[in-house]
Amino acid sequence: MKSSLASRVVLGLLAWAAAFIMFFPILWMLVTAFKTEGQAIAIPPLLIFAPTLRSFFDATQNAGYLLFALNSVIVSVGATVLAIAIAFPAAYALAFFPGKRTEFTLMWMLSTKMLPAVGVLMPIYLFLKNVHLLDTRLGLVAIDTLMNLPIVVWMLYSFFKDIPHEILEAARVDGVGPRQQMIHLLLPLAGPGVASTALLSVILAWNEAFWSINVTASHAGTLAAYIARFSAPEGLFWAKLSAASVLAVAPILVFGSLTQRRLVRGLTFGAVK
Amino acid sequence: MSQSTSATITPSGSDATQRRQVRTLPLLLPAVILLLLWSILPLLQTILYSFQHYNLMEPPAAYNGGLNYTYLFTDSSTWTAIWNSVVLVAGVLAASIVFGTLIALLLNNDFPGRNIARLMAIAPFFVMSPVAALIWKNLLLDPVSGLAGWLMTLIGLKPIAWFSVYPMLSIVIIYSWRWIPFATLILLTALQSLDTDQLEAARMDGAKGLARLRYIVLPHLGRPISIVVMLESIFMLSAFAVIYTTTNGGPGDATTTLTYMIFIRALNDFSIGSASAAGVFAIVLANILAFFLIRAVSRTLQA
Amino acid sequence: MGGLALGCLGIAAAHATTLTIATVNNPDMLQMQKLSPQFTKETGIKLNWVVLPENTLRQRVTTDIATNSGNFDIVTVGSYEVPIWGKAGWLAPVKNLPANYDAKDLFPTVRKGLSYKGTLYALPFYAESSATYYRKDLFKAAGIAMPAHPTYTEIAKFAAKINDPSKGIYGMCLRGLPGWGENMAFFTTLVNTFGGRWFNMKWQPRIDSPAWKKAANFYVNLEKKYGPPNVTSNGFTENLALFSQGKCGMWIDSTVAAGTLWDPKTSKVANEVGMVSAPVAVTPHGAHWLWAWALAMPKTSRHKAADMKFLEWATSKAYLKLVGNTFGWVQVPPGTRISTYSNPDYIKAAPFASKVKEAILSADPNNPTLKKVPYTGVQFVAIPQFEGIGTEVGQQLAAALAGQKSVDAALAQAQNATARTMKEAGYH
Repeated sequence: MKSSLASRVVLGLLAWAAAFIMFFPILWMLVTAFKTEGQAIAIPPLLIFAPTLRSFFDATQNAGYLLFALNSVIVSVGATVLAIAIAFPAAYALAFFPGKRTEFTLMWMLSTKMLPAVGVLMPIYLFLKNVHLLDTRLGLVAIDTLMNLPIVVWMLYSFFKDIPHEILEAARVDGVGPRQQMIHLLLPLAGPGVASTALLSVILAWNEAFWSINVTASHAGTLAAYIARFSAPEGLFWAKLSAASVLAVAPILVFGSLTQRRLVRGLTFGAVK
Repeated sequence: MSQSTSATITPSGSDATQRRQVRTLPLLLPAVILLLLWSILPLLQTILYSFQHYNLMEPPAAYNGGLNYTYLFTDSSTWTAIWNSVVLVAGVLAASIVFGTLIALLLNNDFPGRNIARLMAIAPFFVMSPVAALIWKNLLLDPVSGLAGWLMTLIGLKPIAWFSVYPMLSIVIIYSWRWIPFATLILLTALQSLDTDQLEAARMDGAKGLARLRYIVLPHLGRPISIVVMLESIFMLSAFAVIYTTTNGGPGDATTTLTYMIFIRALNDFSIGSASAAGVFAIVLANILAFFLIRAVSRTLQA
Repeated sequence: MGGLALGCLGIAAAHATTLTIATVNNPDMLQMQKLSPQFTKETGIKLNWVVLPENTLRQRVTTDIATNSGNFDIVTVGSYEVPIWGKAGWLAPVKNLPANYDAKDLFPTVRKGLSYKGTLYALPFYAESSATYYRKDLFKAAGIAMPAHPTYTEIAKFAAKINDPSKGIYGMCLRGLPGWGENMAFFTTLVNTFGGRWFNMKWQPRIDSPAWKKAANFYVNLEKKYGPPNVTSNGFTENLALFSQGKCGMWIDSTVAAGTLWDPKTSKVANEVGMVSAPVAVTPHGAHWLWAWALAMPKTSRHKAADMKFLEWATSKAYLKLVGNTFGWVQVPPGTRISTYSNPDYIKAAPFASKVKEAILSADPNNPTLKKVPYTGVQFVAIPQFEGIGTEVGQQLAAALAGQKSVDAALAQAQNATARTMKEAGYH
């Protein structure tokens, strides 16, 4: 771009300003995590202080952080794998065999997400209890899969639509069955799209809080449930809260930052053009 | 399309479509059946409950006709809740689209450290709602010890008790903070796929930056913006965690959205019957909204 | 970890029972978690802890018991739930306590609060009342003396004298955060002592009564004139921080704050804190509250014998001694056993102990008001609907305090909403 140096500098600075403003709360949380409780509520806010790991220690003792983290990983990945497994053929069907009902089906699927979870808590809870899936990772995986399924179908559909269907048509004409088409042709072709869909699904499942808190007890809680206990303890708690929050979001932040390129590149092939 | 002489050639006409539909059904079936069960079964149960006087504390449940619905519609807080839901969704959408576009445009340029800046701008989306709420409520917006209050005293203003005086605004700010990055991500991606040849041609024809923006860039963003609108509407209609963690629906019912109202009835009052009635009502409203929204959005999608 | 100990030591006692305990995130519970390996060592029973914020805990446990899910073997309950759940038959009664447990040592008022129709349903591990905290240095500088049993009239005068916002001192810090257990906990005691009550004997709400109006106007005016900015954001935790930082001249709140306020590590004004009874107005009934956290067994638990072992262990004299020796006597959970308050170690570590004892002994949940009432509970009404009602009224009160509506309008709306709820619930 040959625009003037001045305007480039200004735009660059503005971009950095915007990025910094958006990131600032996370930064502040990180800083506070290394303070003591007394330092955390000090006004004017302390920028220079002796960092301590005390709050991390306090936040994790008795808390079983590792179990929650493990559950988060298992549930997010499990729900994502399951959702993609179910959604892949559905998206394939919708994308390559469009019909009158395609649009309706897609939209209906999305509309199931408009159900406020809290309205169906009791029926779901009772159901889980009756099939002995309360406080189990499997139960949570099932719920998160269903919550993510519409989005996953829809994203895969969008990516598939951008793949020229002649390739698959040619394969079909050569006698290749649908399953072969999906596994050997479509998957490699839509790889980036599937990857970015998977990423989004993992992030959504990781951050899912409502079900995680309400259908688990001591075995299957994820990091969302871990954080919940810090929302209203007695006494001073800001530093512990920050430390706990850092521990709860760091994994997905790191994961997101490493894969963010893929997310962006994947989206380029897909829903947006 | 090349014709093949193989016997498996697809014959033309409705027979072909029919054969295709039949073949595609088993592929679609798992997804459709699961979602059907997931959405219909609990809904049916909820409808049943909505006609009962069912309080968790006093079983067993007894049918009370449409009494729950009567109470629901004669309660002024129901309409307040609907209004609050509208305000919340509209507010977050507006902020996401406006700021998302601006930030995406900024990040689309080439400047040193661009990748890191992009990462920083996207990061809030990865933070879970309860954490976001707690960070904003305590570390930033707390009038006594929070950062915002301190900054305001620096410029001579009195700190504001955000959650008391501007509760809905505070909630919108927190949700927007999480969802602007989402919009930014999608819009940035769209910008990067913008055909630079078109832009170059326009520039060489003498079109200024702003004109290029208006006539080429923004229309190109029409489709991703509609995607953002759709997805965010879905998520914001059932938004709950931030309200739960910060204002608990108050003060008064200033931040009680329809979703939150259902929650209060179900898990605060333990009145499952009236919560279910409100839930059914919410689903009906959401579906009506979905219908119009999706109709509008899919038009741009097909384009 | 407990399992490893069990295996290695080969304790003959048990088939390894594991109990799941649902609890709140407060310091006493944290201590209990830290000390639970001791319990496992003694009995071979393992413990799984589920920690949740108070509201969420109540919801989860209610859902669990109401649906017979049996996820929790032991639940932490408060004085509010116990009568309700006891009445609903959700908790197993606590019976046959061994003689050496010394059940008579438990504060009688606390015991009453944890019973329904005379049957005990939970064992307390923590209890609190409310008191008035004040800054001795500010009072001295203003030339006023705080009586041992102040009245609200006197308090208002004191607040005026020591209020100094230019120096960052607010005369009277009070809870303003809406919630049945936040601002309404304090405000109910205010209403009680002004002679009001939540419901008359016919279960009709009395929120628009003269006593309520007087109390509400007093509260709103007091806080508008002498309260910190943004009172409606301040609950217990915020006020604790404010007072510890030296910003409050007086504060009426939980006796449990004393530990933090007197500790130089957490309080800038540790040497200047004084503590007297909560103020009274027309009647001493219900002027200070009573809240206990206790351990109970849901009726759905399949390990009731093991549960009882834990309940007894965690609320025994031996446990209190364990806490004292491990964490220091000032950390001993307050308000449950009278013998704690004659313990010289405790008295030395907690200079405020006698005030707390006096407050808890005189807070009678069965007699909270001037006029007769059909309910129990000092700062709450032990009916299931109260959570919703209390929070709704708390929101209205906060709206009045924030200047969004007049006191009369707020009370009228509160009255209407409450009357509706009670009608829907079938009380009349």
